Amino acid sequence: MAAPMTKMPSALSLEILAECSTTKARTCKLELPHQTVDTPVFMPVGTQGTMKGLTTSQLEQLNCQLILGNTYHLGMRPGPELLEKAGGLHKFMNWKRALLTDSGGFQMVSLLELAEITEEGVKFQSPYTKEEMLLTPEKSVEIQANIGADIIMQLDDVVHSLTTGPRVEEAMYRSIRWLDRCIAAQKRPREQNLFAIIQGGLDTRLRTICAKEMVKRDTPGYAIGGLSGGEEKDYFWKMVTLSTDILPREKPRYCMGVGYAVDLVVCCALGVDMYDCVFPTRTARFGSALVKTGQLHLNQKQYAKDFRPIDENCDCSTCKQHTRAYLNTIAGRESVACQLISVHNLKFQMDLMRDIRQAIIDDRYPAFIKDYMKTVYPAGDYPTWLRDSLASVNVDLNS
Amino acid sequence: MKFNLHNTQRAPGRLATFSELGRHGNTSMETPGCLLYTRCGSAPNLSHDLLSGIEGVPLVTQIPLPTIVESSDVLEAFGQGVAAFSGRPDTVVCTCTQDPGKSTPTGFNDKKSVSVWAAGGRKKLTLEGFLDLQEVLQPDLMEALSDGDTPADSSSKRVKKSVDRTLEFLDGCLDAKQSRQELRDVEVLGVIEGSELLEERLRSARETAKRPVAGYVLDGFHEESMEERTRWSIMKAVLNEIPEDKPRFLPRVGRPDEVLRAVELGVDIFDSTFPYEATERGCALVFSYALASPLPNDAVSRHTPASASSVDDCLGDDGGTVCDFDGQGENGDLNSRTVYEMKLSDQRFVEDFTAVVEGCQCYCCVNHTRAYINHLINAKELLAGVLLMIHNFHHFFQFFQSVRKALRDGTMQRLKAEINKCR
Repeated sequence: MAAPMTKMPSALSLEILAECSTTKARTCKLELPHQTVDTPVFMPVGTQGTMKGLTTSQLEQLNCQLILGNTYHLGMRPGPELLEKAGGLHKFMNWKRALLTDSGGFQMVSLLELAEITEEGVKFQSPYTKEEMLLTPEKSVEIQANIGADIIMQLDDVVHSLTTGPRVEEAMYRSIRWLDRCIAAQKRPREQNLFAIIQGGLDTRLRTICAKEMVKRDTPGYAIGGLSGGEEKDYFWKMVTLSTDILPREKPRYCMGVGYAVDLVVCCALGVDMYDCVFPTRTARFGSALVKTGQLHLNQKQYAKDFRPIDENCDCSTCKQHTRAYLNTIAGRESVACQLISVHNLKFQMDLMRDIRQAIIDDRYPAFIKDYMKTVYPAGDYPTWLRDSLASVNVDLNS
Repeated sequence: MKFNLHNTQRAPGRLATFSELGRHGNTSMETPGCLLYTRCGSAPNLSHDLLSGIEGVPLVTQIPLPTIVESSDVLEAFGQGVAAFSGRPDTVVCTCTQDPGKSTPTGFNDKKSVSVWAAGGRKKLTLEGFLDLQEVLQPDLMEALSDGDTPADSSSKRVKKSVDRTLEFLDGCLDAKQSRQELRDVEVLGVIEGSELLEERLRSARETAKRPVAGYVLDGFHEESMEERTRWSIMKAVLNEIPEDKPRFLPRVGRPDEVLRAVELGVDIFDSTFPYEATERGCALVFSYALASPLPNDAVSRHTPASASSVDDCLGDDGGTVCDFDGQGENGDLNSRTVYEMKLSDQRFVEDFTAVVEGCQCYCCVNHTRAYINHLINAKELLAGVLLMIHNFHHFFQFFQSVRKALRDGTMQRLKAEINKCR
């Protein structure tokens, strides 16, 4: 496989503010065309150009700096032509801060039964027009150019994280070939940052080959893909830490699909800078509020007469104005309940990331991790993967 | 509670200040005005933060009993009333028996109870049950329990019964102000029933007027319940029967032409279900209510904020219903679009990157385009209802400001002409 000869242009800069003296954690300023982002950062997912009933002003108030849009959905509706006429997604949805779009490939494979992957691209049937369509790496980059996000993702050949055998290797090599096609197709490298996505399943050898090949391509940032699909956590963290060991220090690393608090705390220790997940907003829709110890299922009877806020220490507008009992009353009945809980859940994620960043700056991240895990597992019954992953970066949960 | 009329003429309408409401001594609202429609104390689709960003939010929050009746034990345990429970402890609360934003099934009331429909189904409210509920809600104003279930084809016997029962319920509510400590300071609004039978309407009005009520609710005058030609003449006759010094409430009437007509007859307070219903059908209110300058109407209209878009867009090509204005037809369906609104899901807005109403200062119009809202509606995204509710409330509240100004300035005829341009 031929490595590229020239250095790739980039539309971002990464300033490392502090690195943990014990773990691989770091906190940086990631300068993107629309926003300087503090990392580690959690990116809420606004699939169709909107975030679960929240206005863009509310997102700004929550201190969201970078949000994600889904190319598959936006490409279907409102469509790339309209987004181009609107002047890009930023203008269309009136979001002035940074945006990231995925390639569209993951949604096709996961949402559509009829998707078929060939060397050319992903063939699928439009759920709207029933027309047969083909998403090639070139097409994905073109649509993402119309959307105009600060960060765009290469089209990758996604296999489910539980897949084994030659298909994993095929997908890994194809993802490298598709990255080359994406790089060649990209027309706006000084306005948009193309990120490579490391594949290779749960196989150390394949992940290593993939990461090394992609680093040669010198893309502005790198994602760790194909994880968070229900695989054993033991494999998950090993794939993450293997990848961050290979990736260059001066480029941002993005672990796709991670959003549970414990995973975020661990992955930060393993040196990851960016995360996305639908979880905080999706779970809000079902009446579930995030707290340090887990989730409160607010539609359960036990909260009917609980006149405390979701979290007494949270200063989001929902916790300042509403009780669990009120949310219990309106959850599932009034659409505003979903928004109120989404506000809290996003605030929870944003506050967690803020606390992580501060702990890294103060060089007390190991103590932060131990405190956090003690809150989540008060009995000290830490899962093995958690102990092992943290031990790999010199944090002993038992000490 | 005080109600001070600023003008005494019956026509062209009353200007008044409604003040010292319940526990909130220093609050007041100018009328003609409207209540804030809520479900469970929350404005539809809106967090309190978003609501408070809207200009001219009504002082009085309307809480329909069906939206809260199932939580009476929770409110009892809470002990601080529904305003605090819903997170707006400083608002003035007015409860109403039925949900004006939903149609109520017919045929379920009996001598001792009125049925309301909550999320979990039918709830029978006896007078005692109703009063128990009010005790835990702790409203500032409450609409007395009433049996308003008299659809257009009701027999005169049924109508008579509804008047009798409603008066009995009213007496029960007024007695409770004496006998129940917790209800002592709650102002009671008397409900006038009688469907389209003039003599029953007059009897209901006269009997209610004899009682120490704080105001009058003219029930059953919304369009689906009554024939257009009898409706206004009965309303006029009823308003003639009740004293001038108390506010008159007209629920479920919100179409701007009808509001103006009712204001001219002497109605003071409306609800805000009209903007809610428009939101529910994916529409934005676009009628023009602004009188920019003392020029002749046709010279002004093109330059006022809302009119630039209103006429053409109102008369859409999507087959949406155009409601009649003077009673030539019946288009009372809650789901039918009126000429005062724009159906934003329509194909022709797909590439329309202008504001819903050019010049409108609401959050939606300042920040977003018709094309974006069209996308949100088509993608069934929650934000569509949020943005439309913000705009529609803003538009509706501003309309009332404009009605009051027209009454002050003596320009009601011009305002009517402006509104009628939408037709």
